[in-house]
Amino acid sequence: MAKRPNGAIIGIGELKPARYSEGKTTLGLIAESVLLAVKDAGISKEEIDGLLVGPQVGETPQHVPATVSEYLGIEPTMTNTVDLGGATGAGMVWRAAAAIEAGMCETVVCVLANKNEKGNAPRSPNRNPIREFDVPFGASGANTSYALLKREHMERYGSKQEDFAQIAYLARNNALQNPKAIFYGKPVSVEDILQSPMISDPLHLLEIVMPCAGGACVIVTSAEKAKHSSKYPVYLQGAGEKITHRAVSQAPAIDKLPFVYSIPQALKQAGITGEDLDLLSLYDCYTSVVATQIESIGICEQGQFASFLRNHTFDHKGDYPLNTHGGQLGFGQADLAGGMSHVIEAVLQLRGEGGERQIPNIKHALVTGNGATLSETTALVLGGER
Amino acid sequence: MTNISFPEPTITQVSKPFWDKIDLQEFYLQQCEDCQKWIFYPRAHCPHCFGEELLWKKASGSGTLKSWSIVHRAGHPAWQEKTPYAVGIVELLEGPSLLTHLIIDQEQLRYQLPVTISYEKLGDRYLPFFKKKGD
Repeated sequence: MAKRPNGAIIGIGELKPARYSEGKTTLGLIAESVLLAVKDAGISKEEIDGLLVGPQVGETPQHVPATVSEYLGIEPTMTNTVDLGGATGAGMVWRAAAAIEAGMCETVVCVLANKNEKGNAPRSPNRNPIREFDVPFGASGANTSYALLKREHMERYGSKQEDFAQIAYLARNNALQNPKAIFYGKPVSVEDILQSPMISDPLHLLEIVMPCAGGACVIVTSAEKAKHSSKYPVYLQGAGEKITHRAVSQAPAIDKLPFVYSIPQALKQAGITGEDLDLLSLYDCYTSVVATQIESIGICEQGQFASFLRNHTFDHKGDYPLNTHGGQLGFGQADLAGGMSHVIEAVLQLRGEGGERQIPNIKHALVTGNGATLSETTALVLGGER
Repeated sequence: MTNISFPEPTITQVSKPFWDKIDLQEFYLQQCEDCQKWIFYPRAHCPHCFGEELLWKKASGSGTLKSWSIVHRAGHPAWQEKTPYAVGIVELLEGPSLLTHLIIDQEQLRYQLPVTISYEKLGDRYLPFFKKKGD
């Protein structure tokens, strides 16, 4: 088997996403998430000797690790800011394992959270090429960037609006099984998705995640220590990562986006193929992102996600369970913590704590993260065995 | 909304020659002396081979449309007043791709449409927008 970082997730904590937060700070939401995960893991505060955090536009632009350490009241021997956009959560897990293997620490808190105050979203402080060469032409923001990637897929492969709407429908349908999801109890049809307002053609409103407030934390420890964990440990079996560009204008062609490297790399480290996966926990900020990933796993030809969707089923009882928590399209996106929701769902399922949406006989889950515009990608294979 | 201005390019010492030429309605790109590849956006080194000898050369200003979007909800308040409008990614004949504003009717937009540069004034400065070739 290929060389890989070893480690296990022994604790998880996740806040229920809220559309808006009032009177909350990001630091406060971080602490809430960490305390939940520490309680879940059954460890003491003193056992935490590593901390990974994300960037925080606005509240703490610099010195995030020290600020969070001080606020929590811990004194770690390894800490860092992981800055991979939506891939940050997944990217933290293998970095934690790598730091543990390097002997720098043994138990790492990986935490992401965000407040979301109505009418008070911080504007990007970019003063770099994307600001100089994209924004002045009327193309600021992720919606337009992802619309361009979706259009390219439609033109290259003949994929249709209905095909992409199906992805949002599957997410919203799975969210009906998750009381924590922002769209729990709010079913939509494919027709509703196609009728929702066009934001940046060809992207409809209901193909786009809803920004929320929330937080999520996972605790990673050594495979050795995990054997004595009070919780059923979930092991990191493989990881892959690839970054190809920042601005959508500099992206490679649609069939050369970075998931075609990172997902196979994670599967190779785990010594399995796409057919061995029992859960696809795929980052879904937009519908088209899921299409690209399905075509990068080795279970579906490039450009053919639509027929793949028609020939398989994707709820917890399906042959390819996909984002059983509702994905971010159904669960909500609490900024960077949204990416962590894909890790947390995989852990719940592998522990057998999926409740009414439990996948039977699950052995391997693929978890992905995607940052910027299919720029920064991370893939993890998680499983119940070391 | 008139007090909200369009976000202008944040020009650097390295990119200034590009924008100076645009103001003269000319389209210049850097070419690497070592690997002969063309470069966009401007840099002090070649991203293809790490060469450091780059020359500014007149470029075709033509290419094909890789993708496009009709923006209904703009990411910037000044641009919201102009909606709906089209932006796209153009693959230049020289190789690199760039993001631009398209002055092309919606129904004429198609994959790999041949396009060419059109200098349009926005605020005080010209920007390299693109139109359908032959228009």
